[in-house]
Amino acid sequence: MKDKRVAAYTAGLALALLLTAASFLVARGSLLWAPGVPAGLAVLALAQMGVHLVFFLNMSTGPDNTNNVLALAFGVLIAALVVAGTLWIMAHLNANMAPSRTLMEMGR
Amino acid sequence: MSAQPASLDGPASVQLTVAYGFWIFLLSDIIMFSALFAAYAVLVGQTAGGPGGRELFDLHTVAVETLCLLVSSYTCGLGLVASEDRVPARFYGFFALTFALGATFLVLEISEFARLIGASAGPSRSAFLSAFFALVGLHGVHIAAGLLWLCFLVAQFAVKGPQAFLRRRLGCFALFWHALDIVWVGLLSLVYLMGSR
Repeated sequence: MKDKRVAAYTAGLALALLLTAASFLVARGSLLWAPGVPAGLAVLALAQMGVHLVFFLNMSTGPDNTNNVLALAFGVLIAALVVAGTLWIMAHLNANMAPSRTLMEMGR
Repeated sequence: MSAQPASLDGPASVQLTVAYGFWIFLLSDIIMFSALFAAYAVLVGQTAGGPGGRELFDLHTVAVETLCLLVSSYTCGLGLVASEDRVPARFYGFFALTFALGATFLVLEISEFARLIGASAGPSRSAFLSAFFALVGLHGVHIAAGLLWLCFLVAQFAVKGPQAFLRRRLGCFALFWHALDIVWVGLLSLVYLMGSR
């Protein structure tokens, strides 16, 4: 069955398996310089999400898809704000908490 | 596509508007996941003297779970194609495979949770484990709901045949199933692969 839709799914599966295997390799082995591993994993994860969007969810630049892509962009913006904002605020809260913790240790 | 602007084409097809509405729901779902991802990222170091990810996670199980989800996404896509082509045999075959792989994933995940709770590393042990169970558990609940939904859709297909409304619903299910895979990619990278280093 040579079908365009089936070919897209097969290509997506092959790419997703490849990227997943690469993620495991990066996390396990000494393929990357150790401090670069989180960045490598993030890049591989983003690439795989892109593969899923294009090959499985059939995102495209076609006119039927404009609204879907705009909604996706807005969703990504909100998700990024939630994650980055939380991390930023909580890191600063921790930093502001530091003096009182030192005081507690001094009081021991 | 006609040469005139899309705004002059008249109302969009039901197929398009249903998929768009469901896509908006999926994005709101992903935003909910992002809040739990953020909570996990903040709490990942707060183990309260208990075990961390390196001691707890078993990457072999996680690899099998990942394989299950990826292949089930693939068979789900092929099942959708079969329903569009109105080939019932392939439709049933591919969606049975999708269900079996999803169920395998769920069994593996539940046994992993049972193993952790048995090793007194349950959600009440530390903030890290609370965040872990909330985040991974929510994904598991989505998978379970998806399996239930799939059963209903296949039963409807068996009774009513390949009708247009059923193919729209199957399309929504496929979107849901693929979106859960995207969430799993985030879980795999942030929780398991980063956590077991």
